[in-house]
Amino acid sequence: MAEIEMIINQKIERYGRERKALLPILQGIVAAKNYISQDDMVCVARALDISAADVYGTASFYSFLENKVLGKYVIRVCRSITCDMKGKNKILKALEEELRIQLGETTHDRLFSLEATNCIGLCDMGPAMLINEKPYTHLTAERIPEIIFEYRNK
Amino acid sequence: MANNNKLRKVDIIFSAYPGNPYDILKNAIQRGKNEIIDDLIESGLRGRGGAGFLTGYKWRFMAQQKETEKYVICNADEGEPGTFKDRKLLVEVPRRVITGMAIAAYVTDSKYGVIYLRAEYAYLIADLQKEIDIFQEAAKKIGLDFTIEIFRGAGAYVCGEETALIESMEGKRGEPRNKPPYPIQSGYLGKPTLVNNVETFASAAMVCRFGAETYKSYGTDDQHGSKLFSISGDSPKEGVHELELGMKISDFVQEFGDGDTKAVQVGGVAGFCIPRKNFETSIIGEGNTTGGATMIFNSTRSMYNVLHNYLEFFAEESCGQCTPCRIGTQQLLKGIEAVKSGEKPESYLQDLIKLSRTMKVTSKCGLGQSVTNSFVSIVENFKEEMIY
Repeated sequence: MAEIEMIINQKIERYGRERKALLPILQGIVAAKNYISQDDMVCVARALDISAADVYGTASFYSFLENKVLGKYVIRVCRSITCDMKGKNKILKALEEELRIQLGETTHDRLFSLEATNCIGLCDMGPAMLINEKPYTHLTAERIPEIIFEYRNK
Repeated sequence: MANNNKLRKVDIIFSAYPGNPYDILKNAIQRGKNEIIDDLIESGLRGRGGAGFLTGYKWRFMAQQKETEKYVICNADEGEPGTFKDRKLLVEVPRRVITGMAIAAYVTDSKYGVIYLRAEYAYLIADLQKEIDIFQEAAKKIGLDFTIEIFRGAGAYVCGEETALIESMEGKRGEPRNKPPYPIQSGYLGKPTLVNNVETFASAAMVCRFGAETYKSYGTDDQHGSKLFSISGDSPKEGVHELELGMKISDFVQEFGDGDTKAVQVGGVAGFCIPRKNFETSIIGEGNTTGGATMIFNSTRSMYNVLHNYLEFFAEESCGQCTPCRIGTQQLLKGIEAVKSGEKPESYLQDLIKLSRTMKVTSKCGLGQSVTNSFVSIVENFKEEMIY
């Protein structure tokens, strides 16, 4: 909790103790631990003097403000039309095999989560995915083990 | 001047600039504010985000607002599937985008600038911030009081709609507001706010660089200037291409298709799907949108799968605020699945078309209103694929 309060205070210092600080605060929490717990939301609500329901309502609206436990590395595979045409399913299958989880799940060691996401603006280089913020393009199933290996050994 | 609807490649936005980085800005702010606005109106530049409002009029309206606290926002929340031109602009020519913002700030007396960057582009922030720092130094030297900050989006397609974007910046759910009042009258924190697309700012800088006359000489009578096209799908030339507006789809397909093109989606999933039989008679930028996302499908693609993918996208990205869009997107998706599985008769497609047209007149924002574009154009032109 101390860590979360530190993030909240930092952001309030920069953006003011106002509602407009909410997204930066929630993004700060996601940057630190990849998801926002209900306790965190109550903490944020108290700091901004708004209702916890407002915080939950806002956080749950955005796909990059997760409120379920996610792994350290969140893999988001693009499922929009051109990436789909270029073999998104093969990439997903390769990831599922490599990580031994299904789409939407997190590995037991809490290292990886596998998600599908809407267009990430890399349509000319599909199939594409993001691991946290980093983009990967022109993916092939063969490249997947190598990419995952890199993160396992970070 | 009409260009006879031929496909013409141009090189304006990315063309090499021989001067110092912020010379275009320096020259611009030595001119009268009204003069610049007149030039923009004369150039015929329209918003490049898709709605296509005349940029000069928007800026003039903003300049007339009497408040002292005004905001200039660069909408870099490009989430339309098939669109990636803004990413290229921010990576390759960020100074032209910033120059456009700064000129807008100068002519409208705005002191605060924000680049609303979509969450998916977070990896661009470090370099973009460096560019902003360079600009801030240059602005100080020129004597322009304008600061720019980056605001990170959090992953919501609907936030590309300007009032939803503003709601999001205020820390709320990205639900579009009722208009009027327009953001220029009452936008971010209730203050006058000018929201333009990334490409619009870069194009405005180009109008200032080359002059209205030169800029106007490109394109057609309706659509002046050049436009960036994000081309993807079954094309050997995927990527961003700068073209004059107003070319026939047949020429476009000739240049960018793979020889087996069955349909072209113009204007992203919110735009229209043009089948092969209409390639000769359809002009890009007339009767369809100007967003510039074009996806090419060849004859191996199932148009049912394409439409299904679009509808899944809309159903998920609908903000849920208004009923026609929230329920409509889900019902269209269920509906085509039911027809495909034989659970509903063929005639049910007509009911779905009617539903999509109802969504067009009753939805609150562009998201729900535009679903009918791709829905009707795919269902009517590829009916057999929807059924069998």
